[in-house]
Amino acid sequence: MVKDHSTENMIAVRDLHKSFGTNHVLQGVNLDVRRGEDMVVIGGSGTGKSVLIKCIIGLIKPDKGTIYVDGQDTTSFNEKELNEMRREFGMLFQFGALFDSMPVWENVGFGLKQHTNLSDDEIRDVVTEKLSLVGLKDVEDLMPSQLSGGMRKRVSLARAIAMAPDILLYDEPTTGLDPIMADVINELIIQLREKLRVTSITITHDMVSAYKIADRIAMLYMGKIIEVGTPEEIRSSRNEIVQQFIQGKSEGPITREQ
Amino acid sequence: MFKLFELVGSTVLRFIEESGKVTVFFFKILMWTFRPPLNFRNILRQTEEVGINSLPVVLIMAIFTGMVLALQSYTGFRRFNAEAFVGTVVALSMVRELGPVLSGLMVSGRVGAGMAAELGTMKVTEQIDALYTLATNPVKYLIVPRFLAALFVMPLLVVFSDIIGIAGGYLVSVKLLGTNPTIYTKRTWDYMELDDIYIGLFKAFIFGMIIAVISCYQGFYTSGGAEGVGKSTTRAVVFSSLVILVSNYFITALMF
Ligand SMILES: Nc1ncnc2c1ncn2[C@@H]1O[C@H](COP(=O)(O)OP(=O)(O)OP(=O)(O)O)[C@@H](O)[C@H]1O
Ligand SMILES: [Mg+2]
Repeated sequence: MVKDHSTENMIAVRDLHKSFGTNHVLQGVNLDVRRGEDMVVIGGSGTGKSVLIKCIIGLIKPDKGTIYVDGQDTTSFNEKELNEMRREFGMLFQFGALFDSMPVWENVGFGLKQHTNLSDDEIRDVVTEKLSLVGLKDVEDLMPSQLSGGMRKRVSLARAIAMAPDILLYDEPTTGLDPIMADVINELIIQLREKLRVTSITITHDMVSAYKIADRIAMLYMGKIIEVGTPEEIRSSRNEIVQQFIQGKSEGPITREQ
Repeated sequence: MFKLFELVGSTVLRFIEESGKVTVFFFKILMWTFRPPLNFRNILRQTEEVGINSLPVVLIMAIFTGMVLALQSYTGFRRFNAEAFVGTVVALSMVRELGPVLSGLMVSGRVGAGMAAELGTMKVTEQIDALYTLATNPVKYLIVPRFLAALFVMPLLVVFSDIIGIAGGYLVSVKLLGTNPTIYTKRTWDYMELDDIYIGLFKAFIFGMIIAVISCYQGFYTSGGAEGVGKSTTRAVVFSSLVILVSNYFITALMF
């Protein structure tokens, strides 16, 4: 224990708390994500998975606890420092969060437009390439309202990876996609990690996807991470809560009302 | 009775709290306005939105206001044979008070509501969060262009509404009521001073600011889904209209 927050961890979350009114969502989360690793976070609906990654990227200010990104405590960052930090990040929102006043290509190319000197033509070329990575073509000039749910999700994913960030946060990347397209996205996430050495956190309910892409899986339950392990370790976990969740049983220690 | 005091008290407190927050928001906007670079494309788009789109309603408002002013003052002035002074009254009222105030009210209904609804929707669908994650400050990117557009377009709209309002008064007086056109025109301009026009334009500038700041504030801090967006939109229109009316009185009183 020379360096608690050794830079082996790209992201380290320590004793993170967040409440909304009386709703104590995060109650002391601890999580380490190693450099170049894909950490999958699973957990029931409403347990605070989205809140957790929003804290990590600085959209939600935690009540207590620290978050280290690349060794730096980001909870004390001011707006300018957060902005700098976010350039290293890409985030896929659970509901897409596409800019509905802009066509697809401007959505995907937004970061490039804001932070590089590329011309519109050059941006469009990059956009076309990123869209093909997520299995889309000839959608550049459509408006988000003209897209199907799954297409929106993939455009949003293309936007998240457009700037080739070092860290990617995926909030349910495969929800709402057909099984084949879901696997295309799984492959893409694996590729990004293997080729570009991206560090990522993926939230998912899709256990097939979780086993496929995860280096390690963490389970969030009652405001804490109750277990972390490789897919194998999770699959053979002795924790009844974990077992109930990954097998999707309605009977067990996790009850409906909590 | 105590209930009533309680209600008044809590309303006043809430009002003070809100005012404080809006003021902080205003300074935030100012700070980002003076931090380069400016996004000219967005400013242009907003100018179009604020200007071109509210021009028709403002012009219709202006011509009918000018016309009714003429009709109304004629009834009084005829009694002491001062019909031609209708021109003076119409012009002064339009330029100093009614042009800016009524344009302000129309624009807050037309543009303020639009700003609050659009920003509110962006807030509840996480588009504003998405801007942050793309390392773009939403105040700079979304609000500053709207603020600048409203600031510069309002005086222009008021110039148009003054001209059309005065023309409306002229039409009614000369064509309908048979006032002598030469004398009417002379009376219109004789008593008009440059200061009257400046006051009107100054008000327009301030009202533009009020509409943009209040409406953007309401939109930007929306919560609670579609219902929340509806509430923010209503609040944007109600508050900016009230603030326009109240501040108009004080500007007039100070410049008296
Ligand atoms: N901005 C907010 N204001 C108030 N409460 C919030 C806010 N964001 C989240 N919550 C609450 O925090 C809890 C966790 O929400 P979160 O969205 O993180 O769940 P989740 O684990 O992502 O669930 P799901 O799998 O359904 O997406 C919920 O009870 C939610 O009501
Ligand atoms: Mg979620």
